Amino acid sequence: MSEYPLSKMNEQDFARERRLEEIRRQAEKRGQLQVVGPRPAGAPFPQASPEHGYYGIPLLKEPPWTWEIPLYFFVGGAAGAAAVIGAIADYTGADRELVQHARWVAAAGSVISPALLIADLGRPERFLAMLRVFKPQSPMSVGVWTLVGFSTGAAAAAFAGFLRQRYGPSLPLRVLENAGSAASLAFGLPFSNYTGVLIGATTIPVWNRNAGDLPLHFAASGLGAAVGILELMGHRKSRALQALGLGAAIFESWEGLRIEARSHEELDPLKHGASGWITRAGGVLSGPLPTVLRLASLFGSKKRSNSLRRMAAWSAIAGSVITRFAWVHAGHVSARNWKLPLQLEKGADPLGELGRPSDQ
Amino acid sequence: MSVTAFLTDSTLCIGCKACEVACKEWNGVDQDGFDWSGFSYDNTGAVGASTWRHVKFVEQPPVPGFGGNAAEPTSWTFSSDVCKHCEEAGCLEACPTGSIVRTEFGGVFIQPDVCNGCGYCVTACPFGVVERNQKDGRAFKCTFCYDRQKVGLQPACAKACPTESIKFGEIDHLREEAQKRVDELHRRGMQDAVIYDPTESSVGGTHAMFIVRGDPRTYNLPPAPEVPTVYLKKSWRSSAVAAGLLLGGTLLAFLADGDGRR
Repeated sequence: MSEYPLSKMNEQDFARERRLEEIRRQAEKRGQLQVVGPRPAGAPFPQASPEHGYYGIPLLKEPPWTWEIPLYFFVGGAAGAAAVIGAIADYTGADRELVQHARWVAAAGSVISPALLIADLGRPERFLAMLRVFKPQSPMSVGVWTLVGFSTGAAAAAFAGFLRQRYGPSLPLRVLENAGSAASLAFGLPFSNYTGVLIGATTIPVWNRNAGDLPLHFAASGLGAAVGILELMGHRKSRALQALGLGAAIFESWEGLRIEARSHEELDPLKHGASGWITRAGGVLSGPLPTVLRLASLFGSKKRSNSLRRMAAWSAIAGSVITRFAWVHAGHVSARNWKLPLQLEKGADPLGELGRPSDQ
Repeated sequence: MSVTAFLTDSTLCIGCKACEVACKEWNGVDQDGFDWSGFSYDNTGAVGASTWRHVKFVEQPPVPGFGGNAAEPTSWTFSSDVCKHCEEAGCLEACPTGSIVRTEFGGVFIQPDVCNGCGYCVTACPFGVVERNQKDGRAFKCTFCYDRQKVGLQPACAKACPTESIKFGEIDHLREEAQKRVDELHRRGMQDAVIYDPTESSVGGTHAMFIVRGDPRTYNLPPAPEVPTVYLKKSWRSSAVAAGLLLGGTLLAFLADGDGRR
């Protein structure tokens, strides 16, 4: 038998050969195949049947988004909450430095957010196509217009505040600053949580099952991160920030408990496997850990309190980032679950018994 | 100009894949690549960005006859899957650019020159039809041959189907046809023949109906597809509550914090 000349094999042939070898190895070792490929004698066969769906091929497509989108969820959430903190701190006459720092955080988010969104588009040069219509029934459309309003307001407030500090107050600057601050507050409130609506109103089971929880969950996550960032910028003495951070952490703890306590098959990706552990890691870092650290920081010396709040800040920020990635990851796992959209039993398996199911 | 639909009758399908080929030819759809699924003669798997018509192969191995029962031979049924062109289309509602529109024929059409590839329609389709083309970046699915219908031609897949398994026509007429066909199949003893057209779900019926034998789930047809707009009310209510809590909480925190003031 003549060998197939190696020189004529292309990359695709090599890949196929490697895969065949892998399949053979697995078949020899276990007498059963996990990978898709030729069927060794006696191995179970995927089925197309009412119990097994269509060979267990997932009905739903996985979300096509890359890492930019969960990161955008984090940046947007933190920036939106920071804008709200900045505007309220301004109106209540809090420390000017805190106001300006919060505005800078919001302004930075207002630049990074669209950059991340645009980077993820399949056709980045067509970002403006989203600005030709406003569709209230599309959370993505509502979100993009919120982003536009927020970015304009946050950038204007931060810029005008900076100019006023540098060159002294003037009427146009004050008008710009107040208008920007008001806009960043008005748009920052929905901007910090709309991403929860965005993924909640989809066909992905783990997301839409939590449609009522996600916006609250994401808002608390964003608030925790915004407080954390401001504390790391030096505002570790502000009692208002401490209270907000504690509130966000307690809410996140409750949300974590809620995820753990409910048992629906749709929630499995949040509890089992890799996506489950990522969700838990994010949950512990955003909820219980900062709660304990903040409560501990209420007692003891100033120095100890300072370092505990710094730790709580880092924990909340890391928790917020991980939480967003965890939810997106869980969405992928959920989309791959072919049983859910077909309303099949949890135990059903495409590698079922050899032969036709008994009830046919 | 009338509202049109597909009626795909799997009892007539012979699995020739002429519809897939005709669709690719007419619409210039990219190849899927070549790989074996390993468990069926269906090596494509599902509809997607480069597969707008997809023939499903439902293969059941033979069952030996024991205890006086007759052996059952291998059963082999086929069904040509396609975008369902929902009455309440998740992709259309979700599209932030207005690229996805409903045509005068009732179909759901993605305008390729407007699509910016955000991919939100992919997560909004309850049938897993729309997919982002990784090379091109935009989302693609069956166009319902809008260009052909515009000039009075039937879609390429229906035209190419050699057994008239894919019927194309006016929707009300096809609904009657489907009922007649199922009644006839029942008369012939195929009691398990059913029409798949989820009019009872939030999708509100489709412009692509199917006649299949047995449980439609065998063909990956979901029993209760939901258009994601049904979750909007709950989500936005939660969003409003979250915004209110954030505003109230921040106000309270700063008002109560006397020391923080200038």
